[in-house]
Amino acid sequence: MSGTQGRFVSQLKRHYSLYTGGFIGFVVMLAILEQMGVPNVMLGYIFLGATVLLYAGIGISSRTSDVTEYYVAGRRVPALFNGMATAADWMSAASFIGLAGTLYLSGYDGLAFVLGWTGGFCLVALLLAPYLRKFGQFTIPDFLGARYGGNLPRSIGVFAAILCSFTYVIAQIYGVGLIVSRFTGLEFGVGVFVGLGSILLCSFLGGMRAVTWTQVAQYVILIVAYMIPVVWLSVKHTGNPVPQVAYGYVLEKVTAREQVLNDPVTPDGAREAEVRAIFTQKQEQAEARLKALAAGGDAWLAAERGRVVKAAAELKARPGTDPRVIVAADRAVAEFPADVAAARTAWKKVADAAKAKAAPIPAHAEPFIGQNEAESDNKRKNFLALVLCLMVGTAALPHILTRFYTTPSVGEARQSVFWSLLFITLLYITVPALAVLAKYDVYTLLVGSSFSELPSWVSAWAAVDKTLMSVNDINMDGIVQLAEITMGGDLIMLATPEISGLPYVVTALVAAGGLAAALSTADGLLLTIANALSHDVYFKMVDPHASTARRLMISKGLLLVVAVSAAYVTSLKPGDILLLVGVAFSLAASAFFPALVLGVFWKRANKAGAVLGMVGGLGVCMYYMYTTYPFFGVNAPPWWDINPISGGIFGMAAGFAGVFVGSMLTAAPGKEIQDLVDHVRYPNPEGDIKTETA
Amino acid sequence: MQLAEKRRRYWKKNLRLTGMLLAIWFIATFVVGWFARDLQSLTFLGFPLPFYMGAQGALLIYVAVVGYYAWRMDRLDREYAAQEGER
Repeated sequence: MSGTQGRFVSQLKRHYSLYTGGFIGFVVMLAILEQMGVPNVMLGYIFLGATVLLYAGIGISSRTSDVTEYYVAGRRVPALFNGMATAADWMSAASFIGLAGTLYLSGYDGLAFVLGWTGGFCLVALLLAPYLRKFGQFTIPDFLGARYGGNLPRSIGVFAAILCSFTYVIAQIYGVGLIVSRFTGLEFGVGVFVGLGSILLCSFLGGMRAVTWTQVAQYVILIVAYMIPVVWLSVKHTGNPVPQVAYGYVLEKVTAREQVLNDPVTPDGAREAEVRAIFTQKQEQAEARLKALAAGGDAWLAAERGRVVKAAAELKARPGTDPRVIVAADRAVAEFPADVAAARTAWKKVADAAKAKAAPIPAHAEPFIGQNEAESDNKRKNFLALVLCLMVGTAALPHILTRFYTTPSVGEARQSVFWSLLFITLLYITVPALAVLAKYDVYTLLVGSSFSELPSWVSAWAAVDKTLMSVNDINMDGIVQLAEITMGGDLIMLATPEISGLPYVVTALVAAGGLAAALSTADGLLLTIANALSHDVYFKMVDPHASTARRLMISKGLLLVVAVSAAYVTSLKPGDILLLVGVAFSLAASAFFPALVLGVFWKRANKAGAVLGMVGGLGVCMYYMYTTYPFFGVNAPPWWDINPISGGIFGMAAGFAGVFVGSMLTAAPGKEIQDLVDHVRYPNPEGDIKTETA
Repeated sequence: MQLAEKRRRYWKKNLRLTGMLLAIWFIATFVVGWFARDLQSLTFLGFPLPFYMGAQGALLIYVAVVGYYAWRMDRLDREYAAQEGER
């Protein structure tokens, strides 16, 4: 057995080394094609098409009709490869494309995501992975069902697993749709279904086995795609090809530059102050309008419309008016809000945007910047709450935990958490470096450049999408000031290749990397949902005598149904990505973490406790998010000023309290359950029972 | 009897190790985060210390924690002749 496994491992290493070499060769070949004059759109098509075909190829060649292969990849995925697969499973479109932008825009406070999405693996390693592997069945509800007995804990587990995975998968498919539509010019809805097709090609025939081996391939692509542009940018600004080491000194320069731009005595600072004064004026104007609107209502709005129209007419009548001023006046007429409600939203938005632009630049490396001590303390509280929520959510998302069922042994499960975290850290340690390097580029090269000769990446992206990049000469001095630049977070990663002066082929590589990140996560999530339905609901509760062929047929059918409905919901564009991700993590943390951890570490925990804890945790978390997220429109006051994205901390507290109270009020679990806990705790005791499904 | 005693000792050692590593995890994340503003004046490799910890230091500590746990538990398993699978 160990001889076979040894051969298997060396074979895997050979295959994936060849694959990595082949991929690099492919990139080089496309670079040559680009030099020969193949158009960019073509390169984008070739790149996305080739990678998707590759995943499909791996998926189809890993087809299986064996239950263990389908659900847990035959339990023979070596620690190193399970680490890569988990890393790809873990890193989503949000990490790959969005995170650098979040850090660029919010500096230190954005590090909550970096900490939360890595530190959670300490909890996975220390509290869950080895024990779940020892238990060794197929799904997370399996563990809840066996440990707490009966179908009720299992059913709640199924419900929670579907709820958080479905929320999360919508965010992923959204990412797939965005990338496909941006780089191929297809419509968003079409992009979603193209992406869906490639997800299904990977997972449909081979289940976990196919998903595992495609995820390994996807990890290679996504890490190469992230590193190349960042290393290049680092060489450009520091001469050092290791951005993670070099950017400390760049950060010092960014901090110095922030001070210059904030100081009106310096020439650059004076120009910034000029632009900010214009924004302050805009803010005051919008606020005055809001005030008058609140007092005067419809009548005042009509009068105000008359004034705007008249002003535009007067400007046009006067000879020698700057044409740009006329355009602006016409736009003010065209965009004048239709009714009171629309006016209130529109002007509130204008006031908020102008207020943000009028403020001095916040220091990138300074934690919890606030107007006063209380505001800073509040930010700190929310920062730490978010970190905790993301960490515990990491250690409770079923699609990650099931990956640790696939290793050959408990020891390898522990090692594979180490590899996972190492591979994940490789990316997360680079993201803050990218944010600082990009900021340095913008603060020193873009700010102060002339509007007549903007850097080419700025004009290119401004032409593609105004929400990602736009520069307006507010004070009309012909020179770019920082307050005149409006940037969308996603731009940072997408534009890095062009900022560093790399050819278009690297931009296409970044798109392929983002697609790999989104597809791999979506694969894992869809499989988790379909398996919860087919294994936990159908096989364990409806028809325990179903034949293997029937079980797999049901699994595959459900996968199809789930995937199509997820894509359908995504094509309706519900909510924003950050909201969906926040909800998924908080729900997972509240529903699963207390029951899973106490199930291993507290023998006294019983069925009543688990049911109370899971229902209570889920209920509290859902209630809090429903009442506080502005999206739902209730807008109740938050508890202790905790932002809705961290609502999971209340759910977690309720979950732990529920398990404790419920267990103490009812009888201790029976002997078989106690034996099961012992079995899970010790690697291979004599006289052990067997729970693993081979 | 002997088995029960062996198990008890194994589990106790595991709990002690787990607790110790969780304490390190907690300090690197939450204690450093709580005092971030007070540590702002210290620098490391050109970074203000809290920023370094959030962007890099804590991550390296997490990797070390998980790696040490895997290595130490592997040895503990062998010590207690509890390593599963064929040798």
